[in-house]
Amino acid sequence: MTDSSQPTPVVRVSGVDKQFTVGHGVTTALDGIDLEIGRGEFVSLIGPSGCGKSTLLRLIGDLTAPTAGSVEVNGKPAHAARRGREYGMVFQAPVLFEWRSVSDNVKLPLELLGMDRSERDARAREMLALVELSDFASHHPYQLSGGMQQRVAIARALALQPSILLMDEPFGALDEMTRERMNAEVLRIWQQTGTTIVFVTHSIPEAVFLSTRVAVMSARPGRITHVVDVALPQPRNDETREDPRYFRHVTEVREALRSGGALGAEPALVSEERMAAEGGIG
Amino acid sequence: MTAAAPSVGVPLPPRPGRLLRMGRTVRYYVPAIMVFIGVIVLWELAVRGFGMQAFILPAPSAIGAALVENWGAGRWPLFEAARVTLFEAVGGLLIGTTVGLIVAFGIARWATARDAVLPFAIAANAIPIIAIAPIFNAWFGITNPLSKMMIAALLVFFPIMINVTRGLTQVEPSALELMRSYAASDWEILRKLRLPNALPYFLTALKVATTLSLIGAIVGEYFGGASNVIGRVVVQSASALRFDVTWAAILLGAITGIAFYLAIVALERVLIPWHSTVRGEHPG
Repeated sequence: MTDSSQPTPVVRVSGVDKQFTVGHGVTTALDGIDLEIGRGEFVSLIGPSGCGKSTLLRLIGDLTAPTAGSVEVNGKPAHAARRGREYGMVFQAPVLFEWRSVSDNVKLPLELLGMDRSERDARAREMLALVELSDFASHHPYQLSGGMQQRVAIARALALQPSILLMDEPFGALDEMTRERMNAEVLRIWQQTGTTIVFVTHSIPEAVFLSTRVAVMSARPGRITHVVDVALPQPRNDETREDPRYFRHVTEVREALRSGGALGAEPALVSEERMAAEGGIG
Repeated sequence: MTAAAPSVGVPLPPRPGRLLRMGRTVRYYVPAIMVFIGVIVLWELAVRGFGMQAFILPAPSAIGAALVENWGAGRWPLFEAARVTLFEAVGGLLIGTTVGLIVAFGIARWATARDAVLPFAIAANAIPIIAIAPIFNAWFGITNPLSKMMIAALLVFFPIMINVTRGLTQVEPSALELMRSYAASDWEILRKLRLPNALPYFLTALKVATTLSLIGAIVGEYFGGASNVIGRVVVQSASALRFDVTWAAILLGAITGIAFYLAIVALERVLIPWHSTVRGEHPG
């Protein structure tokens, strides 16, 4: 699965720098990022807050533009991929529209695509079955728990059957138990759909458990310092978490973070969220 | 259909039965009704007990009698007066709301429009309504209901404009990013995100605006115009020392305002049943 030597990778980030103007100063969020992600891979971006991992994800999704370098998705510039609706996005908050039912939230991207009604209905049913929320199709978001809302967001992101799913700390707001269940859910969906996933997290166990590769980043300037291949058998389950190899990989990622100056570093002065907001919606 | 994998969600509590819900509704209103009845009884007793003169404070029973007596007949047919005043208020509400909406959409769409229009809108809001009413009466014709409508419209315009602008612009940044990730056009963002987002803001403003439009119409009437309207009845009956009629007219004005307000509350329940202000446990 980890075959980044494919002729056209799903994501190719080459020589990307990203700078934000904050007040009178310029902050370098990303510096010389190179990353290739092959079809069907599950790649996590991990690093301390302020390392630019969310910014890197936004660059791949063309929600912000690089200061230098290029981002290609499916062999096209990122903005062409966005125009072609080639990816799905899941944020830390579910970002459901409260005036729409669960099923209508999933249909939102399909409406924007101009798909006809019967096809939309069928696709929404299919997606809700995938995230096991068929019984809640006519509920409204406020009637669901946080974990369920995030599953609706995943169903919505997958509704266009994108070749790539971008997830920005999607389970960061959930409790540990729910998070572990959601991890299993995402792996199941990944295997069922074959979608390439790029996943931002600051949880080491989560990154190791989910990923085929973990890109470890350091803060200020944000750089990819290590790429850890996670050679754990698929499908992964509760036993994976007790596998000695799992612990070895967790240690490996932790040490990579430490050598990148990540652990024990002083807290970032400007939060990543702030920087994303400054440079975000162009 | 049952979920095969462990479900993350919590099951919804069963909806309470119809009778139980009605019981809760009644219990919710009981304290307010008790207070209302208590105040009326105390008022009646105080007026009778202290032998208060009618020009200071008529008893509730006297006000009620005046209301019934003057409902459709006499020098001041109150029902007709309330009808005309409500007509002026509704007209003003429509005009003020329309202009408020147009300006709000312009402001939300073009930053230049905001910078050009907002100072004047704030200035218009700062004009004391009492001062502008006689001028509007002169401009639009003192006997023409349009003059009262324009006063009401001026009061209504500002809250509608400000609230709708807020609703259109204060959209969650992540929701905008989501729409952007789907390459949604500005028009699609307006239709599928900004408009539904602005609807609760609009309805909240509309509730305030109903009351304001009645105030505007009545204040306009104070400064002259057709004789049989709530504002004129108040002025004339007071100068004729018929305070029971004055109070009856005020009472009718208040009831009209409440009915107007409740109509918007009902509209809210139809249009935004998903919103936190509507879906709360308590009715009203």
